[in-house]
Amino acid sequence: MFANYAPLIVDGLADAALIFFVAVGLTLVFSVLHILNVAHGSFYSLGAYLSVVIGTFVAGRGWPALSFLALLISPIIVTLALGPLIERTLLRWTYGRSEALQILVTFGLFLILEDAQKLIFGVQSYSQDAPMTLLGTTQIAGIVYLNYQLLLIALAVLVAIGLRLLLKHTGVGKLIIAVVADQEIARAVGIDASRVFMLAFSLGVFLAALGGALASPTVGVSPGLGAETIVLAFAVAAIGGLGQIEGAALAAILVGLTRSAAIYFFPEFQPVVPYIVMLAVLLVRPYGLFGSIGLRRI
Amino acid sequence: MRPILSVRDLHVNFGGVKSADGVELDIHAGEVVAIIGPNGSGKTTFINLCTGYVIPTRGTVLFDGEPITRLPPRKITRRGIARAFQIPQLFTGHSVLENVMLAVAAQSDIWQPIGPLNRETYREAALRILDLLALNDSADQPTAVLPEGLRKLADIAIAIALKPRLLLLDEPTSGVSTAEKTPLMDTIVAMLRAEQITALFVEHDMDVVERYADRVFVWDTGRVVASGHPSEVLYNPSVIERVVGVA
Amino acid sequence: MVVRYLIGIAVIVGLLPLAVSWLGFVFTVAIGKGLAALGVAILLRGGMISIGHALFFAIGAYATAFLMRGKINELITLFVCATFITAAAGLVVGAFMVRYRGIFFAMLNLAVSMVFFTLLSKLYHLTGGTDGMRVMTPTLLGMELSRPAFEQALQLIAIVLMVGAALAVDRYLKSPLGQALSAIETNEVRLEFLGVSARGVLLVAYVASAALAGAGGALSAVAIGHVVPEFSYWTLSGQLILIAVLGGISGVPGPFIGAFFLELVRTFAVGFAADAWNAIIGISLLVVIFFLPEGLFGILQRTETRMRRPKA
Repeated sequence: MFANYAPLIVDGLADAALIFFVAVGLTLVFSVLHILNVAHGSFYSLGAYLSVVIGTFVAGRGWPALSFLALLISPIIVTLALGPLIERTLLRWTYGRSEALQILVTFGLFLILEDAQKLIFGVQSYSQDAPMTLLGTTQIAGIVYLNYQLLLIALAVLVAIGLRLLLKHTGVGKLIIAVVADQEIARAVGIDASRVFMLAFSLGVFLAALGGALASPTVGVSPGLGAETIVLAFAVAAIGGLGQIEGAALAAILVGLTRSAAIYFFPEFQPVVPYIVMLAVLLVRPYGLFGSIGLRRI
Repeated sequence: MRPILSVRDLHVNFGGVKSADGVELDIHAGEVVAIIGPNGSGKTTFINLCTGYVIPTRGTVLFDGEPITRLPPRKITRRGIARAFQIPQLFTGHSVLENVMLAVAAQSDIWQPIGPLNRETYREAALRILDLLALNDSADQPTAVLPEGLRKLADIAIAIALKPRLLLLDEPTSGVSTAEKTPLMDTIVAMLRAEQITALFVEHDMDVVERYADRVFVWDTGRVVASGHPSEVLYNPSVIERVVGVA
Repeated sequence: MVVRYLIGIAVIVGLLPLAVSWLGFVFTVAIGKGLAALGVAILLRGGMISIGHALFFAIGAYATAFLMRGKINELITLFVCATFITAAAGLVVGAFMVRYRGIFFAMLNLAVSMVFFTLLSKLYHLTGGTDGMRVMTPTLLGMELSRPAFEQALQLIAIVLMVGAALAVDRYLKSPLGQALSAIETNEVRLEFLGVSARGVLLVAYVASAALAGAGGALSAVAIGHVVPEFSYWTLSGQLILIAVLGGISGVPGPFIGAFFLELVRTFAVGFAADAWNAIIGISLLVVIFFLPEGLFGILQRTETRMRRPKA
């Protein structure tokens, strides 16, 4: 019985892992900056493009193992190139302004980044398979699993734990939590909130780009990926409750498993499944599983 | 005579803090009553409970004998309870007059999309209210640039425009200089008497309470601990210790 | 005041194509997008941004295509039915959306439009998939016109539609209901304490904005003669927002001015910058937000006031 569904569950969890990276980045940035970055999905696709290009390049030179390094280096490049730059120039103009303005600005950024990718990488689909083939498969109880999928699941668990530890037990994490709790007080006690903003935003960019890089061996990378990703990441973040890290993890698992079940049973509905889940959750809990909205003081 | 507002056994709990802990009180038509008490004793929460902004965990609020306990703010407003706010709640994109005209329109045909808001009938009704509160000179000012005292009055003008039978005022004189308090309260209370509006106001200034309230309720940790005519209550030593000593 | 601007625009838009004939088509399509952008502008009055409003543009366009497949060939009937169908869709989607504000509202609209885009692309047997559907030349008041004659007639109808819609929206925005919509942006809590349902006020605005986008989609479908899933794509939603913000939301002529401006720029830019069109939209959006917050119509109004002052 279980054996029949085990591959389905592994597929779902591997999918959940990839969704988790990008959704948790979105939710983390939102909880610190109170801005939901509409361009967040573009960092995911940039990470994917870059890792495929670097990965295929090194594999073509006879070092396929180095494509693993590309999976890690690409998100770092994307983060260093764009994270501080965008936060320092574009976003800081919008702090304390209306939410409508913040949405317009990040939406404008999204339009620019999506086209920039088209100009750089063209419209063709990219893919790489070296990381997947190199890792091979494992047979457990007569069922063959892709080791790469197992690696994804393990990495997601590590990142989730790592984020927890970072926030709870490191100096940077405590600064972030202080700023989330009360920016005014954090500033008053001498915390450099603008540095925390930059760090948190860059961390969010890194997580998105990492998700994209890790996804690149499993999917074709082509224009439109960024747009699909931001909507999916938002759906997951909204299901979990915006700003809730544990919520994002749980929601990613929920969506990943439902999606893989849909691929098995109703393949044609697979693309809309995350939104059906989101709709169902939001109808019952308007601000997600762990989300709430405070009363305004009047 | 049946009280206009009757509160029975009202409880609410914010994460362990009891902001209302068995509140019982009655207000009769035509009265102007005051609530006093230390900060955090649940005075604003009481107004929020009576107007539907906060839902009580237990208890009932009767308005004119009808339960309004779990109704949303807009339904309670339509039944005839209006409120003014400690922090004035204005439509900052509109002028003072437009704020009041919107409130006038809200009672009749807010849902019609054809005729303009800026029409003679609304304008007259709104100007009459601004006149009652001596706000005429500020009618065309944008609310965003108004001084605090005038913002308070504009906030009250909006509430009056709803023609309420009961008006709840949350600290009408806070943020107003001591010299301005008496003229402000004179204006408000004269207007209440002229319009025959029953009112309840939360206040920190004992002189204001003594001067304008027919009756006063003393609040502490979510319950009414004393009530009566200001001249008796305000000179009661235990009340002085509870309220004046703390506040 | 508004009437004067609208007549001015209508005259320019009506006469220019007599000299430069290809402008007729450009202006008709621009009015289609302008109607949808006017819908976006209505929501902006309430402080709401829909970054998926192309959804309703596409519903209006596909409704037209399906109605024609169902043998309804009269242009006026098509417009009326497509607009009503879109309004009904707006009511259903809106009933869910009005629970949300800010980023939730924006992103949920985007999500619904993406789902619709996916469905239009995947349900090949119904919608023709990514190839889309053809829209034949309909009859006008029972008359079968040649394509050039029809296009001229359509251009006039578009102008009438523009002026009519703009005047209706202008009245609505000045009415108590329209003013209550602006009040949602500045103080929704107080609006509830006036005894007014903010969700109700917003739902009316949402349905109106959907209907406008639907009318715009129907007009574009007939003008272009073809509907494709891209009508519901986020890139078009982005254009609609830029048109609304660029034109300026202080008055109803704004979105149309923005639409004419953008469609003209696009006609010239398509030769050398087709691949970067979205980037241009994005950059323009940032420039407008930071440097021209009142939009073209706002600048026009200000210039006029300044020119009048010396005389007065």
